[in-house]
Amino acid sequence: MKIGVVTFPGTLDDRDAARAVHHAGGEAISLWHNDADLKGVDAVILPGGFSYGDYLRCGAISRFSPVMEPIIDAAKGGMPLLGICNGFQVLAEAHLIPGALTRNHELHFLCRDQKLTIENTNTAWTSSFTQGQEILIPLKNGEGAYMCDDQTLAELESEGRIIARYVGENPNGSRNLIAGITNERGNVVGLMPHPEHAIDSLTGPSADGLGFFTSVLKAMVR
Amino acid sequence: MAKIVVDVMLKPEILDPQGKAVAAALPRLGFSFAKDVRQGKRFEIEVDGDPTPAQLAEVEKAAEKLLSNPVIENFTVRVEK
Amino acid sequence: MALDTVAIAQANPNTAQPFADLGLKPDEYASIKQILGRRPTSSELAMYSVMWSEHCSYKSSKVHLKQFGEKAVKSDALLVGIGENAGVVDVGQGYAVTFKIESHNHPSFIEPYQGAATGVGGIVRDILTMGARPIAIMDPLRFGPADAPDTRRVLPGIIAGVGGYGNCLGLPNIGGEVVFDETYIGNPLVNALCVGVMKHSDIKLAKAAGAGNLVVLYGAKTGGDGIGGVSVLASETFESKGPAKRPAVQVGDPFVEKVLIECSLEIFAEDLVVGIQDLGGAGLSCATSELASGGSGGMKVQLEKVPLRDPSLSPEEILMSESQERMCAIVEPSKIARFLEICEKWDVTVSVIGEVTDGKHLEITWNGELIVDVPPRTVAHDGPVYNRPLAQPAYIDSVAKEVIKVPIPSSADEIKATVLKLAATPNLADKSWVTNQYDRYVQGNTIQSQPDDSGMVRIDEKTHLGVAVATDANANWSYLNPYQGAKLALAEAARNIATAGAKPLAVTNCLNFGSPEDPGVMWQFAESVRGLADGCLEMGLPITGGNVSFYNQTGTVAILPTPVIGVLGVIDDVRTRTPMSFDRAGLDLYLLGETHEDLAGSEWAYMHNQRGGIAPIADLQREMRLIELLVAGRKKKIFTAAHDLSQGGLAATLTEMVLRHNTGATIELESVGISLLSETPGRVVVAIDPGQTQALTNEASAQKIALTKIGVTGGDALVINQASISLSELRTAHTQTFPKLFG
Repeated sequence: MKIGVVTFPGTLDDRDAARAVHHAGGEAISLWHNDADLKGVDAVILPGGFSYGDYLRCGAISRFSPVMEPIIDAAKGGMPLLGICNGFQVLAEAHLIPGALTRNHELHFLCRDQKLTIENTNTAWTSSFTQGQEILIPLKNGEGAYMCDDQTLAELESEGRIIARYVGENPNGSRNLIAGITNERGNVVGLMPHPEHAIDSLTGPSADGLGFFTSVLKAMVR
Repeated sequence: MAKIVVDVMLKPEILDPQGKAVAAALPRLGFSFAKDVRQGKRFEIEVDGDPTPAQLAEVEKAAEKLLSNPVIENFTVRVEK
Repeated sequence: MALDTVAIAQANPNTAQPFADLGLKPDEYASIKQILGRRPTSSELAMYSVMWSEHCSYKSSKVHLKQFGEKAVKSDALLVGIGENAGVVDVGQGYAVTFKIESHNHPSFIEPYQGAATGVGGIVRDILTMGARPIAIMDPLRFGPADAPDTRRVLPGIIAGVGGYGNCLGLPNIGGEVVFDETYIGNPLVNALCVGVMKHSDIKLAKAAGAGNLVVLYGAKTGGDGIGGVSVLASETFESKGPAKRPAVQVGDPFVEKVLIECSLEIFAEDLVVGIQDLGGAGLSCATSELASGGSGGMKVQLEKVPLRDPSLSPEEILMSESQERMCAIVEPSKIARFLEICEKWDVTVSVIGEVTDGKHLEITWNGELIVDVPPRTVAHDGPVYNRPLAQPAYIDSVAKEVIKVPIPSSADEIKATVLKLAATPNLADKSWVTNQYDRYVQGNTIQSQPDDSGMVRIDEKTHLGVAVATDANANWSYLNPYQGAKLALAEAARNIATAGAKPLAVTNCLNFGSPEDPGVMWQFAESVRGLADGCLEMGLPITGGNVSFYNQTGTVAILPTPVIGVLGVIDDVRTRTPMSFDRAGLDLYLLGETHEDLAGSEWAYMHNQRGGIAPIADLQREMRLIELLVAGRKKKIFTAAHDLSQGGLAATLTEMVLRHNTGATIELESVGISLLSETPGRVVVAIDPGQTQALTNEASAQKIALTKIGVTGGDALVINQASISLSELRTAHTQTFPKLFG
């Protein structure tokens, strides 16, 4: 099971995503932003970081990288695609999922262990969880407020496409406490918090994050 | 030399925490005139000679595709002498 | 202005030159003329002025710092000692770790965000240039009083700058300090520490060796940033009216530095450089003269080959520019093609600007005209050495006679009020408002970060080998007794490494003082250096390098002497570390070490405006035995938790322990007031399973460390004798201070 992990200039959590894939039992393949070759991977992760320094807007420049073309095609064809944090921002800029991520409402970068509920276990990346399961994984970003228009919000809610929600106080001003969403097909998921930093309790607040990676490996077996 | 200016602002319904922070800071410095403040971006684009209508049309497309995120932002394009 | 060449300088010996405006004293100017046998060109004058500034040349501190060499510890673990960009120690399994701390104080007062950001950028490049991948940063910060308007001006920007730059580089922030004191108003201290890891074979040094090898500049383009920053800023005190020296602040771009790091590491992995130096204070002047000095001495540079962001810069300005995110490498001709390929892959600007020669001079030309022709050592290493006058200040004897008059709690109400007051005071309050702005997770190897005693990072995912780092300073003690203050700070940092069970290995230091032109300050400095050197020798810890920041004063009032000591330790398996606190009931709590009435310099005394008294005398032999006990205790699995005592004494330590995992404790103390408030050094609180009682007693006895049972864990309150403080009330007091102050 090969999962591609993309590195843009300024990407930071690529090695951590690869480690998480490895821990989950998969093989991580490094994909370079400038190379339009997916190397036969079965799924792709766009990891966290500050690609292109967040110049212009987060993810705005990365989305036009050569590697994004085959990724977008493959995703439209059903390939599982996970965007974490900056990766979520790239997915939004590339219009693979609706909405946009904006500056945290309290303006500060915020790093903290965040409780989430998993609300949709039918996606390629969340099938290992149980409906309504509460998990604890790190949130760390400055531009994590999920915004969309009222119509989109209504659609996401009614179609159950909000895959994870923040529990408790809204950490960044996201509409309806949205921490992660999926596309209509359920293969593309954008997630603001970082599951790759919760793969064991030695280095993270829990091992709850592994579920995202084991899910996709299960999906690929099927 | 004339230049093309693209102003990008968040759509009115989008929360603008930076604008709010500026609006809160002004009175602390003794400036009481502001009812509200919103913060945006300004791009200044230099071309050879005076901007042509064709170039302005191209800039509009570039503004839609790259300089702004139409999901959350509006933009205007004009020529400034 | 016409180009001032060597030929013109030779032909026109009496041209007036603005050496004073550039920060050079008349005797220094005369010295330059003597070295060159003629007047310097304006470019040479620019180079000497920046390189001979206090910040770069250490001219006031050299005579004292050489004690670190004279009293050097013979340690097999030290792979690279003082003198290089950063020290390197062997931590086992073929790994070498490099670490260093530096200051960026004056720029942070002027432009808090960029000052702090570029401070982080600079120290990270120092680590990178040793051949290491940077793996963590720490930020010891000191500000004026928490509620002072100017603190509100600088603190948020500094925190945002440290976070903004460090987070974007992908470096976890694993700890630091936030300290408030009147002494730092007008002179905030921004010290930044970076740790890097590599294999022994990866170590790189700053030397330009091999005639014919190419001098290559890569990274950001050069602009007018911080021109004259070092000489104008860090070597002069501020006028009391406020920041006048505005133009000399550098602006950083962490994205460019992140790309620079990845590009450099690929270059290092393919062994493409002979020597390398980062461009920090004094920019190209420093890099070229230091690289040339490190080699045989000969180098030719064509300055017009430097990629410019601003084409209007003059050669002098290019030489003085402190544009960030630039490195200078020495590359063999056979390897340059591959070097350029890697730079292209990462889209990093690169230019071959010269070559190593077998001459003895650094020669710089501008479009064919020779504008610099100097012996590089005279610029980089043989700057002026001052033996500044020093004199014990009058206050030393008078403060020692001051009797501390503070309320000492004894009733239940008084105990409760005291503990709550300490929990809420800015120096001891919860710092999450700060540390939540820092990424502590990136790279996935952080084992400990704030509020733990030390930052700890795993460096091998298979063996779980790890390193721990802690920084400490106690300006109150250094003020009362600079010699003891330095030793005590060293002991505290080493103890902070040991509480998790790691073994201290090496030391770095950032010495923040007032003006060296003040004999009293110079005496404080000399005493602090002597204390640190003696302390390190006694504790067997080599000093690997560090930084001196002078001129931290506004007008004639110097800051309290603030030597910040950083200690690095190693732990063979991070999974076995002793955590800071407990999360269950039924454990026994013990105090290791004796408590005396040590209120001088304490937080409680500070809170009551009592700054005098007699500082404790460091007992480093006992500290070393305590460290042995803590390390052995981890290996033998005796401890469930261990947390050191420092500012705020036992009251602060207990508060921090019960709140960490929301588990209370019931404590019984004799002389409860002094027991809670005293800051006697060399003490740790440990939690053990009752089954470990005999093992602990044996270990403590073997190490001759006093052992006192003080209580048990459990419940939802901190109970001290008859006083009971609910955890929720304690938490509220502890966590509301920073949000209330800084929003």
